[in-house]
Amino acid sequence: MSEARQQSSIVGRPVPRKEGRAKVTGAARYVDDLTLPGMIYGATVRSTVARGRIKNITFGEGVPWDELTVVTARDIPGANAVALILLDQPYLASEFVNHPEEPIVLLAHPDKHLVERARRAVLVEIEPLPPVFTIEESAAKKEIVWGEDNTFKSYLVEKGNVDEVWSRDDVLIVEGEYRTGAQEQLYIETNGVVAVANADEGVTVWGSMQCPYYVHKALIKLFDLPEEKIRVIQTETGGGFGGKEEYPSMIAGHAALLAWKSGQPVKIIYDRAEDMAATTKRHPSLTRHRTAVTRDGKLAAQEIEFTVDGGAYATLSAVVLSRGTIHAAGPYYCPNVRINARAVATNAPPHGAFRGFGAPQSIFALERQMDKVARALDLSAEEFRRRNFIREGETTATEQIIREKVDMAGLLARAFELSGYEEKRGRFARENAGRGKVKRGIGFATFMHGAGFTGSGEVFLQSIVGCEASSDGRVHILAASTEIGQGTNTIFAQIAAEALKLDYDMVEVSRPDTASVPNSGPTVASRTCMIVGKLVESAALGLRQTLQGAGLLAEVYTADEWREACRRHTERHGALKSFSQYKAPPDVVWDDGKYRGDAYGAFAWAVYVAEVSVDLVTYDARVEDFVAVQEVGRVIHPVLAAGQIEGGVAQGVGYALYERVAWREGRMANSQMTNYIMPTALDVPPIRVHFEETPYPYGPAGAKGIGELPMDGPAPAILSAVEQATGVAFTHIPLMPEDLMKELGDARD
Amino acid sequence: MNGKQKAHIEFTLNGERAEVAFAPHKTLLEVLREDLSLTGTKHGCELGECGTCAVLLDGRSVLSCLVLGLDAEGRSVQTVEGLADAAGLHPLQETFADTGAAQCGYCTPGFLLVAKELLAHNDNPSREEIKEALSGNLCRCTGYIKIYEAVELAAARMRGEEMELPREAVYGLE
Ligand code: FES
Ligand code: FES
Repeated sequence: MSEARQQSSIVGRPVPRKEGRAKVTGAARYVDDLTLPGMIYGATVRSTVARGRIKNITFGEGVPWDELTVVTARDIPGANAVALILLDQPYLASEFVNHPEEPIVLLAHPDKHLVERARRAVLVEIEPLPPVFTIEESAAKKEIVWGEDNTFKSYLVEKGNVDEVWSRDDVLIVEGEYRTGAQEQLYIETNGVVAVANADEGVTVWGSMQCPYYVHKALIKLFDLPEEKIRVIQTETGGGFGGKEEYPSMIAGHAALLAWKSGQPVKIIYDRAEDMAATTKRHPSLTRHRTAVTRDGKLAAQEIEFTVDGGAYATLSAVVLSRGTIHAAGPYYCPNVRINARAVATNAPPHGAFRGFGAPQSIFALERQMDKVARALDLSAEEFRRRNFIREGETTATEQIIREKVDMAGLLARAFELSGYEEKRGRFARENAGRGKVKRGIGFATFMHGAGFTGSGEVFLQSIVGCEASSDGRVHILAASTEIGQGTNTIFAQIAAEALKLDYDMVEVSRPDTASVPNSGPTVASRTCMIVGKLVESAALGLRQTLQGAGLLAEVYTADEWREACRRHTERHGALKSFSQYKAPPDVVWDDGKYRGDAYGAFAWAVYVAEVSVDLVTYDARVEDFVAVQEVGRVIHPVLAAGQIEGGVAQGVGYALYERVAWREGRMANSQMTNYIMPTALDVPPIRVHFEETPYPYGPAGAKGIGELPMDGPAPAILSAVEQATGVAFTHIPLMPEDLMKELGDARD
Repeated sequence: MNGKQKAHIEFTLNGERAEVAFAPHKTLLEVLREDLSLTGTKHGCELGECGTCAVLLDGRSVLSCLVLGLDAEGRSVQTVEGLADAAGLHPLQETFADTGAAQCGYCTPGFLLVAKELLAHNDNPSREEIKEALSGNLCRCTGYIKIYEAVELAAARMRGEEMELPREAVYGLE
């Protein structure tokens, strides 16, 4: 490892962020900063009920309707379905609505205040049908609200035979039930697009998004146009976290429909309330665990029933469920595992991608259950973990053999040392016995997170990355992977510069624009660095091979020789480009039918420690200190990597203690930043981030994925700490002051 | 646009005299972005909840989504576009770019202006004072830590002092 470090000059170094200067001067252009000549503003009329049949639409008085562009389902030129995994979600409801906020009518006008007034003047009369709002109601088929049985997708993972274990007399059986709530991504820039659309030029959309080719595919279907007639361009994006994975296909389609009908460019920017209430959130979940352990503290069987609420349409629930399923048994070795997983329909707006993608839910349940089992065994939480950590050569729940070097016990020791865990654990226990009104606790979670698409996902994606060298020797990376704050531009440039032994400043990343970049797949699943980064590396090396093959470049070269070679090559042959397409690493095998095999090319491994205080007068729980130790392969950029962890932990703190969606009849009732509370500067603890680096041979320069990992650990670590502080093993998040009051107030009486 | 009466104001914008005409109901945020094409000032709620739209009005931070454009008459407004001068970036801009304080960058203009106001009154703020001053500005990307470090580093540089930061905090450290 130290050898690799010496040879390299760019990877591992905190080079300046590519678009850093534009972002501090106000020069960076986000979608709402674009204005096109003749541009008008769009708005969306939405359902006010959770489920029903549309009877009538009336356009109220006092609005100059002849000045407005009005679009309903009848105006759609192609298919009225947002193309994703299934085609079940309409762009505009025409007969039935299946959730509150479902789009029904689109309006546009040059005056954005007038269009808002018009939106309020449209009355949609809906005859209500009985809705379903909870996982239990849906699973019990109280009403069938989707498909045959309310089930978007189910998976069964079977390893060994759990049924033979329950009756053994050498095991202890522990059961538990755990819940997690919805969570809003709350990127600070709301969803927005600008669209131009007409029969001659086709459709062009600029927008805040993670996955330009998802939007591209959706618009092809919506307009029934050939792919070259659809162009999607990502503007600078003010945060995504999964919330701009699938939803931009919807809003882009809406703006394009209005543009198509009006013949003018259309801008739609959601206000905060609309963005929070109508767009996707993290799937709520319910997990039941049944665990058998031997008296000496070894896992003998894990039976896990994992259910997520997908909302009204399928969107990405099948894949969210998949990741949650595979992570449900965690970084432990257990010979017998059964995981029954299901994504069910309710009449809430569809839930969708959010950093972690199902894993934070199932890991929360597992880590709480592990603490509970340890208690039942009278072992410390850490000793129980140590006896069960998975090791090299052992198999996960999907029977993936761990071939990487993994040392969870080492990470645990490191995290304990950095946090002073043992000393604090003892001290808090003594202090909490006193009369003080503020109780303290420290707790931890141990977990892993797979990088890249699950199972065969990457093979199906067939991602492509291009590199182009211009005649002045500058290298341009062509990829649809988006910079959404996490540092894509910077790490891609580092990887290519490193591969070609060129200066970082000689490499640029082109703006994702479907007219000029190949499909490198969506910017999700912690895949950008490990999977797409690897393609950047090989595409870059392809440039060099071409130049060397043409005899223009020696084996060892200077920057000037590189420039000269590029100049001569482009003079003779025109553009110098190289493309690279994904190939699975050797011996990665996945069986989709049995849900068995190598779920991910690699895992990141982590131990997080949280320290909390709980005020027994105000019932305020606060995170006071946080230590995040992880192994993510080689760290390409220390500042960006630490920033990913810090930001993810802050979101995890919100998930655990602050961010509660108040549901009322399937609608988010607290769709403002003052009543849906994300952590402010005063709520985020000091976060100490530590990386252990074990290079991964198939990642670019040894890197694995990182983006989602920090979302997994905070919530269970925090609740474990709250358990020490209060003596109550809470089983759900978000854990709000009223929950603490209910439990602790009762206990005191 | 629809022939209604326009308001007209004169004020100082980023150090220079400016005039602008606009529909009188418009907020300062809208006037800046729509009538003056200064799109560096961002918005995350337009309800006074997120701090993203902060600008300086006579040197004090205000939420431009809550201030009427008319209220800027005769006063001095500073936006992110006015932070750099001929000599280069403001120290806060440099350190925000250098420390990873700007990830998606959308919250950055608001943080920069509120931090500038803080440093104008306190050239050596403690971490607690920084947190307090910035607590009205939301950032979803960074967890705030690199933002504090950026403010501390800028304050040190403006005092002419050196400051040590951990390796993972600053771009360009070897
Ligand atoms: S936009 Fe002004 S405070 Fe949010
Ligand atoms: S950097 Fe993205 S919101 Fe602050």
